[in-house]
Amino acid sequence: MSFISYLINGISLGSVYAIIALGYTMVYGIAKMLNFAHGDVIMIGAYVVMTAIASAGLPPLAAVLLAIIFCTVLGVVIESVAYRPLLNASSSLAVLITAIGVSYLLQNVALLIFGANTKSFASVVPVPALVLAGGSLTISGETIVTIISCIVIMIGLTLFIRRSKAGQAMLAVSEDKGAAQLMGINVNGTIALTFAIGSALAAVAGVLLCSAYPSLNPYTGAMPGIKAFVAAVFGGIGSIPGALIGGILLGVIEIFGKAYISSQMADAIVFGVLIVVLIVKPTGILGKNIQEKV
Amino acid sequence: MAMLEIKDIEVFYGMIQAIKGISFEVNEGEVIALIGANGAGKTTILHTITGLLSPKKGSVIFEGKDITKVPAHKIVSLGMAHVPEGRRVFAELSVYENLKMGAYTRKDKDEIARTLEMVYKRFPRLKERRNQLAGTLSGGEQQMLAMGRALMSYPKIIVMDEPSMGLSPILVNEIFDIIQEVSAGGTTVLLVEQNAKKALSIADRAYVLETGKIVLEGEAEKLMNDDSIKKAYLGE
Repeated sequence: MSFISYLINGISLGSVYAIIALGYTMVYGIAKMLNFAHGDVIMIGAYVVMTAIASAGLPPLAAVLLAIIFCTVLGVVIESVAYRPLLNASSSLAVLITAIGVSYLLQNVALLIFGANTKSFASVVPVPALVLAGGSLTISGETIVTIISCIVIMIGLTLFIRRSKAGQAMLAVSEDKGAAQLMGINVNGTIALTFAIGSALAAVAGVLLCSAYPSLNPYTGAMPGIKAFVAAVFGGIGSIPGALIGGILLGVIEIFGKAYISSQMADAIVFGVLIVVLIVKPTGILGKNIQEKV
Repeated sequence: MAMLEIKDIEVFYGMIQAIKGISFEVNEGEVIALIGANGAGKTTILHTITGLLSPKKGSVIFEGKDITKVPAHKIVSLGMAHVPEGRRVFAELSVYENLKMGAYTRKDKDEIARTLEMVYKRFPRLKERRNQLAGTLSGGEQQMLAMGRALMSYPKIIVMDEPSMGLSPILVNEIFDIIQEVSAGGTTVLLVEQNAKKALSIADRAYVLETGKIVLEGEAEKLMNDDSIKKAYLGE
């Protein structure tokens, strides 16, 4: 039974990684940049929820909605102020370094406002735990909600991209910005929309993560952010199903590593697997082989 | 008044001047060819017209309106479509989705459906392959798709960059037949071509470019019989 319990926990953690990885992978696919501040948006989202409930007395669902709106706006502002002026810079390193700067900025702003102490985060999930197999297997409400959220987000996002006009515009921009402009697509607007969606998802991920692991400090988002980036690369960066597969695999490997090998070594195992995958398939599991038809 | 007027444009890539003061005009209903060797600046001119590049000096006037500073994504809804060099179809989208992209700025669903039927009629091969990914098409089919995609915006003028590049002689003839059909359908055509012979054979007028300047212009028929043109571009 403990195996199944670990597997479910792994899928749940992996679902959070997958939701965060979506933000990395979409922004990379469309703007061709790595937004290393993405993980810190998660932390900001969690703080917004905590403050809204504790200080403003909002009901949990309203607090989550507020966090989603706040992070969406934050993502769009970060993109337009910090990244857009650099998108045509001669070196793509300029944007990467700026993203690292934004990451530290967000962490330090949180430090300034909320202090360095780790605070306990009260779960916002009202779903009771599910007890199966005569009490030998318990699935927490947070786990259930996390996995369901991940499934809903994946389906919703895939439908949005395949069916909606804005989604098709995103695909066109990710393939060829110039040709997309010739079709009448506003490339800057499409990039901003991508950041908005990615940041909204980061807020959701923050709430889910802090509900399952109920503590919060200004660095809470950093490590899950990096792992989600790993998950995105693992699954094939730029690919939405890749983010799902990469995220889930990463979560399961991490939990199994903790349970069966060593809890100190779990992160090393995760990154070790990434290295092996990249040696065997440099583009990631579902990564596109870059081919140009002449 | 000319439909499209290019007035004394100068375009730079960093320090390098690619276009050194060029003026020309395209009248409604005409087929105009810009011919010249590789690196003469033909593509640069088209990119400047449709807003992908902005000129340092000069202006682009379309239907009496100065569009020099209009961003590329707002050009197509004015009635100008651009078939870019190397087709640049969206390889990961299906043929149908590519065509829908061409009508991105149009709102009326019925009109879009009518235009789609018209495009399918002109390019039956695209209809057969409408659910196939554009990246899996042959070069000739991709060129047809790029043209069909441009026609989906129902343009007044269509700007085409090297439509015959890399195609077999039979396909080149097919593509030029289609360009003539498009023109006969009432759309004005501005054509950039290295295949000067074919371009001159369907154009009304032509401009000859050399290293960023127009060196010769006139009626296509006359240019075809010009000795210097024959020697330099027609290989006779």
